[in-house]
Amino acid sequence: MKDILKIGDKEFTSRFFVGTGKFPDKSLIREVLEASGSELVTVALRRVDVDSKDENILDHIPEECTLMTNTSGARTADEAVRIAHLARAMGCGDWIKIEVINDSKYLFPDNEETIKATQVLVEEGFTVLPYMVPDLVAARKMEKAGAAAIMPLGSAIGSNRGFRTEEIVKIMVKEIGVPVVVDAGIGSPSEAARCMEIGCGAVLVNTALATAGDPVSLAEAFSMAIDAGRKAYLSDIAPAIKEASASSPLTGFLTNEE
Amino acid sequence: MKNSRSFYDIYKNLKCLDAGHVFKHIDWQQLNRALSKDDLGTRDLLVLLSPAGDKFIESMAQRAHDLTDHYFGRVIHLYTPMYLSNHCDNECTYCGFKHGNTLERKTLTIDEVKKEAGYIASNGLKNILILTGGSREEAPLSYIKECIKVLRDYFSSISMEIYSLTEDEYKELIAEGVDGLTIYQEVYDEDIYEKLHLKGPKKDYLFRLEAPERALSAGMRMVNIGALLGLNDWRKEVFFAGVHAKYLQHNFPEAEISISIPRIRPQVSGFEPASKVTDRNLVQIITALRVFLPRVGITLSTREGEFLRDHLLGLGITRMSAGSTTKVGGHTLEAGSIEDPEQFKIADNRSIGNIKEMLTSKGYQPVFKDWVGFWENVESSRD
Repeated sequence: MKDILKIGDKEFTSRFFVGTGKFPDKSLIREVLEASGSELVTVALRRVDVDSKDENILDHIPEECTLMTNTSGARTADEAVRIAHLARAMGCGDWIKIEVINDSKYLFPDNEETIKATQVLVEEGFTVLPYMVPDLVAARKMEKAGAAAIMPLGSAIGSNRGFRTEEIVKIMVKEIGVPVVVDAGIGSPSEAARCMEIGCGAVLVNTALATAGDPVSLAEAFSMAIDAGRKAYLSDIAPAIKEASASSPLTGFLTNEE
Repeated sequence: MKNSRSFYDIYKNLKCLDAGHVFKHIDWQQLNRALSKDDLGTRDLLVLLSPAGDKFIESMAQRAHDLTDHYFGRVIHLYTPMYLSNHCDNECTYCGFKHGNTLERKTLTIDEVKKEAGYIASNGLKNILILTGGSREEAPLSYIKECIKVLRDYFSSISMEIYSLTEDEYKELIAEGVDGLTIYQEVYDEDIYEKLHLKGPKKDYLFRLEAPERALSAGMRMVNIGALLGLNDWRKEVFFAGVHAKYLQHNFPEAEISISIPRIRPQVSGFEPASKVTDRNLVQIITALRVFLPRVGITLSTREGEFLRDHLLGLGITRMSAGSTTKVGGHTLEAGSIEDPEQFKIADNRSIGNIKEMLTSKGYQPVFKDWVGFWENVESSRD
């Protein structure tokens, strides 16, 4: 049976989502996307310049990819909603990654505002993927509001510090009915593989690719790691054993019974 | 969001600090420690700005380069200034537009603003910085609002560098579509400020110093501050500018804070800087600020020349101006252009297209648009 990721009304075979910020040269984006096999790409609406002949980032995104506009720059639910409306008006489609950030130091998203924006945009018919600080209670509220997937951060955005929020994300994967996509902080393929091993639906990577010496080659490596992690998850991987078997069993005294 | 302490309270606490004494006791161990910390304190900034820091300039540059790459990627935001007016009621000894200078004064008509905007926008830029002198009479708030209404048709982000306003006035302009404010304290040292600002509303040190706080309380998205380097010992001034930026970042975490590092340029008044800032000093300044505040924006204008700008690029800069002029209507108005009064001399005369090519060839992405003014979905009034 084919392993399909369903989000909203779309089906994906690749579980590797790619962000398009921070690349030194926009023309690199197409090559990276091809190497990644990604079928879902995020673009910040604030950077989309449809008037420009050579500066329009949308021209660098292959047609077959699903475009998901993010609301980068929004500081409140209201601003996120307005950016989503603009995205729709500009022909960027109905897939929205809600990003509400009012913390310029660590760039942590504001879960409360994100829940509000999710409610509004789902009602208006958008396919909504909220980016959030891992928190089960907030994730449940987003799911209830109709989020198509939940996107907890792996560590602070752009930090490349890896999958530091694993314990909470693991619980979210268990409890949340829609796909959980780790977004932000994933710096290396092994960390992406780890996300997939514990059952995440997909991984979104941007900074690690954009700042790599060879982004195209790293995109391939991530793609392989994500496939490997997913395969391991589907193989029902045996849980890690805490310690080797004890040399003096605690139940040894039971042998003489009967 | 803002706490009740103004930056002025912090300034008062720090102004008695004997920087010279601190500098004398800085050794390589302290420098090493400051450079390897994740989260630097106020004292660490002073360490990095010290004369001893000069010997560590390469290590500082390496660290600053890595931090900038890491937090911003290889991306440079471009903007260009548009001078709306050079009428001025202030007498700031170092400025080409000061009240006492005899020069042709001009405030653009709305039609001229449209012409300038159309020209700048035709180069692809979506970020504009509008500037006026310090005359509320010749360039009143109502005029600035009218200009903003026109500019909304051409740009997606509008910043302004004008006389200080009250919080309510900032709110009014934000409602019209302004999202960024550039305001330099010029000189943080209160006594020197008093001496350099001879008359006019700008004489009010505190009203100037607290303008960024008022703008941010009013909901401004971006605030760019700075000290005019050369008016006082640059080490002290950059120290205060850095601490000021940190204060703003801390109290208004929802906003984007950036710092400019303008060096005094030759202009018509012939003002002689009190403290010389060499290119090497400028590198120390940029790298110290970057290490102290990894996420702060650092703006480099065309006050600096081509060679230096190209080389400073990787050391912490995140925003650059391009295709600049400091003349009112300088982008499009012809009339004897060379003779027209300018606020100061531009050192990098390359066009927006040339700057774009330079950035691309050095592996940087030039960003022409980085915000969506919400007025974009309002019906356009452009004919």
